[in-house]
Amino acid sequence: MAKYITECKLNYFNSKKAGKIAIVTMDNGQLYNIPNTWGTEALESLNKVLDTVEKDPDVKGWFMTGKPFIFNVGADIMSANPNASREEALQIGLVGHKAFKRIMDLKIPTMAAINGATMGGGCEVGLYHNYRTISKSPGGCDHYALPECFLGLVPGWGGTQLVTKLAGPQAAIDLIIMNPLNMNKMINSIKAYEMGLADFLLPPGDFTGASLEIFEKIITGEIKVDRKKVDPKMSDDLYNNTKFQIMGRVHSGAKAPYVALDLIKGAAGWSWDEGFLKESEALADAILSDQFKCGLYSFDLTQRRAKKLPGRPPREVKGNKINKIGVIGAGLMASQMALIFARRFQVPVLMKDIKQEFVDKGLAYCRDQLGKDAKKGKMSAADAKWYGEDLIKGTVTYDGFEDCDFVIEGVFEEMGIKQKIFGELEAVCKPECLFLTNTSSLDVLEMGKNLKDPGRVVGFHFFNPIAMLPLVEIIKTEKTTDVTLATAFDIAKKIKKTPVLVKNASGFLVNRILLAWNDGIFKCIDEGADFMQVDNAIHDLGYPMSPFTLAGLVGPAIALHVQETLNKSWPDRFPVSQGLKNLVAKGKKQLLVFTDKGVDIDPEIKAGWPQGNKKFTDDEIREVVLSRVAVEIRHILDEGVVASPKDVDTGVIMGAGWPFFMGGITPYLDYKGISEKATGKKFHPDGFLKFD
Amino acid sequence: MDLRDAYFVDGCRTWFGKSRPDGQFWSTRADDMVTKVLYELQKRNPTVPWGEVDDCIWGATTQSGDQGTTMGRAVVFTAGLPDTVPGFSVDRMCAGGMTCQAFGASFIKSGSADMIIAGGVEHMAHHPMGAGADPNPRIVTEKMVAPKYFNMGNTAEKLHDWMPEHGEQPVTKEEADEYSYHVLERYFKALDAGYYDKHCVDMTVFSPNGWIVANKDEQAKRGTTLESIKNLRRFPFKAEGHVTPANASGLNDGACVSLLMSGQKCKELGIKPKMKFVGASFIGVDPTVMGWGPVPSTEKVLKRFGMKFEDLDIIELNEAFAVQAVGFMKHFGMKFPEDPRLNPYGGTIAMGHPLASSGVRLSMQLAQDFEMNPKAKYGLTTMCVGLGMGGSIIWENVVGKF
Repeated sequence: MAKYITECKLNYFNSKKAGKIAIVTMDNGQLYNIPNTWGTEALESLNKVLDTVEKDPDVKGWFMTGKPFIFNVGADIMSANPNASREEALQIGLVGHKAFKRIMDLKIPTMAAINGATMGGGCEVGLYHNYRTISKSPGGCDHYALPECFLGLVPGWGGTQLVTKLAGPQAAIDLIIMNPLNMNKMINSIKAYEMGLADFLLPPGDFTGASLEIFEKIITGEIKVDRKKVDPKMSDDLYNNTKFQIMGRVHSGAKAPYVALDLIKGAAGWSWDEGFLKESEALADAILSDQFKCGLYSFDLTQRRAKKLPGRPPREVKGNKINKIGVIGAGLMASQMALIFARRFQVPVLMKDIKQEFVDKGLAYCRDQLGKDAKKGKMSAADAKWYGEDLIKGTVTYDGFEDCDFVIEGVFEEMGIKQKIFGELEAVCKPECLFLTNTSSLDVLEMGKNLKDPGRVVGFHFFNPIAMLPLVEIIKTEKTTDVTLATAFDIAKKIKKTPVLVKNASGFLVNRILLAWNDGIFKCIDEGADFMQVDNAIHDLGYPMSPFTLAGLVGPAIALHVQETLNKSWPDRFPVSQGLKNLVAKGKKQLLVFTDKGVDIDPEIKAGWPQGNKKFTDDEIREVVLSRVAVEIRHILDEGVVASPKDVDTGVIMGAGWPFFMGGITPYLDYKGISEKATGKKFHPDGFLKFD
Repeated sequence: MDLRDAYFVDGCRTWFGKSRPDGQFWSTRADDMVTKVLYELQKRNPTVPWGEVDDCIWGATTQSGDQGTTMGRAVVFTAGLPDTVPGFSVDRMCAGGMTCQAFGASFIKSGSADMIIAGGVEHMAHHPMGAGADPNPRIVTEKMVAPKYFNMGNTAEKLHDWMPEHGEQPVTKEEADEYSYHVLERYFKALDAGYYDKHCVDMTVFSPNGWIVANKDEQAKRGTTLESIKNLRRFPFKAEGHVTPANASGLNDGACVSLLMSGQKCKELGIKPKMKFVGASFIGVDPTVMGWGPVPSTEKVLKRFGMKFEDLDIIELNEAFAVQAVGFMKHFGMKFPEDPRLNPYGGTIAMGHPLASSGVRLSMQLAQDFEMNPKAKYGLTTMCVGLGMGGSIIWENVVGKF
């Protein structure tokens, strides 16, 4: 990764007005797609430039910027070593602080011209300057972020101190804690400017020249920068509210946000040197923490590995061209599929159901969603109309399916119906047309067994809601051809989903793991554990949603249906829960109710659930559930349902909301010792920090 | 003020770079240079309603890559001009920018336009002369033009021989050298006096060594002596010939822009123009002596507008090669090696020649010359053009008249 070393390049500009100005350019000699980063060599080159400038009494100003389109995206996290010694880890913070502080200590005016993307140490180096210009979005600095907490770290080169003292504690909390926890949200230059992180917001055209011109005038005194005074002190209310919000997001699953909060709170009372030292210490702790290892693992998994489409046949196998798409069914799932295909492929999508009223309802759903997006300004009204009326069309016959390039079915989960549909399609569709099924539980091979060419069938399992969950399980049967499979992967890529290749086995990957969770949970409850204790104990692992809340969202009936399917395959491991059966029979859609005392289990559900008398501690509950999951994952891997534990982790992070910062479930089960205890071996016997 | 006449309001340019990997504009796009001078033009003329500009016309010899995409229109977006401004690009090689001015001014005089942006650009590092061109083989096989005369240096060498054969006074290498020396001397004197700061704009540009400020004409070498020019015996075109790098313009990158306006619009906006467009002529000559072009084109324009050479008080001539400038001087009986009327503050041999941009540079210098010489009444911008052409525009000094 650190193949391209970012160099700080020094040039002088002899301004007629302001005298000799040092222009320092961060540049790794590559185009913008390989951004500038900070590493040991880069910091060394910064120090060298500082040596030269400090010694030159003629220099009247220091002006720092990045190569075109990029300022600096911070330290290269893949090069950080989580197995470093404490002293080495501490040095990482100290070295950066020391180099950057030299900019602050220069006796001449300093300006950072933030011309493009900047993150982490990039944002931080900018904050040490006296003045900042920032290039306006779109096209200028579109990405400004301190994402360290997202990965289990804290900003370690001044961020928590500098942002707080420059823009106040609320801005620091938003930037350093809440944005990273909010799917690693980034802000653009306009927002950064509004938060007080830059003094001038300038258009991207000739940004560097315009910045330099302002800097000349600052040096000569023609321009005075008036900055709003902020109070760096954090009120107790703000501290407590933020802590409460962090708990809502990560519970006790992640430490970094809490540590960052304390650093931000401390800033007001510390000198720069005190604050920077505290930061270095906190960074060292974080680098050596399990959480960072997990963050690194997830980062590699989702940012690098998944993008290589593991499981797709080699590139020589070209996928089919897609010019028209068929969707069978017009229910909620089918309508969501029609929408995403129309929007991403921008080709005609034909949606068929058995009754005109069903079709009309599906079309209305699509148009309603598109209308909402148009209202929010996400697309023009004309585009919404184009997608909703010209591209997505409804029908109750097979007319128009003859030139579809693939057809996906999203009808009720019944084998006979699906087999019949595929048979009918075979009669009308061209031979190259692929048949995709969105089944979550049925045997895909069985579904295509009556076809002349079962090689055209492949599973393509979305997760609900489609717009939110990025995972697609691609299910290959022993008949699925390479071209079919390659096309399925290409379709996933085109609609910006993360595909994971799964063997044709009951429950596929994600549902089987979720059902193992449920099985563990039900086991505890059956034996006597308190409903709410179980719900909280599992929620506390760091999930964004408690298991019962999630069950309400998925729908108990569906959970039961999948459980019954799995029960047929593995009756020992997936007993059908009597309690669940009872509550489905009562027509319950939610497990939790709101009472005067807060959220509680629906008393009718509790009453209808046969329970023993055993009492559990929270840890015991977690151990039962996690052990059950570990056993199931072991089976999944041994059966070859997926090729690697990394596929399991991609599945649970992208499809089941497993927290990113916890680094996937298989490393978690390894370092908690559960996999060894429950299955006799680790999922990653050589350690999980090995990247392909 | 003549309401339907066309006036030169303002002009500015980038400094000119050397077209080499170590040149200041090596990593800068040609259309970004155009954008920069358009930004500057807007900044210098804040009262102009830019959305009402009737056309944005740009000369560029090569119209592909960073000089493509119908650059005259594309730069409307990059330079932040309102969408209502149309644009197009023109190719008449070296006289691209001059042609934009001639046609823009005529567009105004016909009543079809009130405001025209006319400019020229050439990034000769990105677009070496003739790169990508595919001349019709008939030109060679039917001996219309010998291939070596597609190279402008060879036409300059031939001009030395051609002039005495055609009843003109000969020009020696020594004279070309001496002329060049004085051009450089005048250039640096004017540069130090701040003459060029009035219309040249610094541009902050990215280079392989980081961001730098392009704030000089890189080609002009300070401290050049007559001796060193004379002693330069590097003849890139003809062994033991006449043309050396010291008595020729170079390969350069640069952008120049001007704003032309009708009398009507000047009056409406209270803008004080500097020059009135009198008229323009272009003419073709034997392509093997391309540099001769300015002589017949100047005679043509003078005749057409009923004027004599003596009516011209200042002449800004593009010195592609010293030989053609000296030939021009001798033909019109000007004083050698220096005539106060000709290129009074230096010329192309000093600052360089980014092909299509140069004609516009001549006009912005002439306007400034007029400001400095209020007694001057008429002036001329003139240049030779590849494939054997000449172009001349007569301008009238209107500084202080409105």
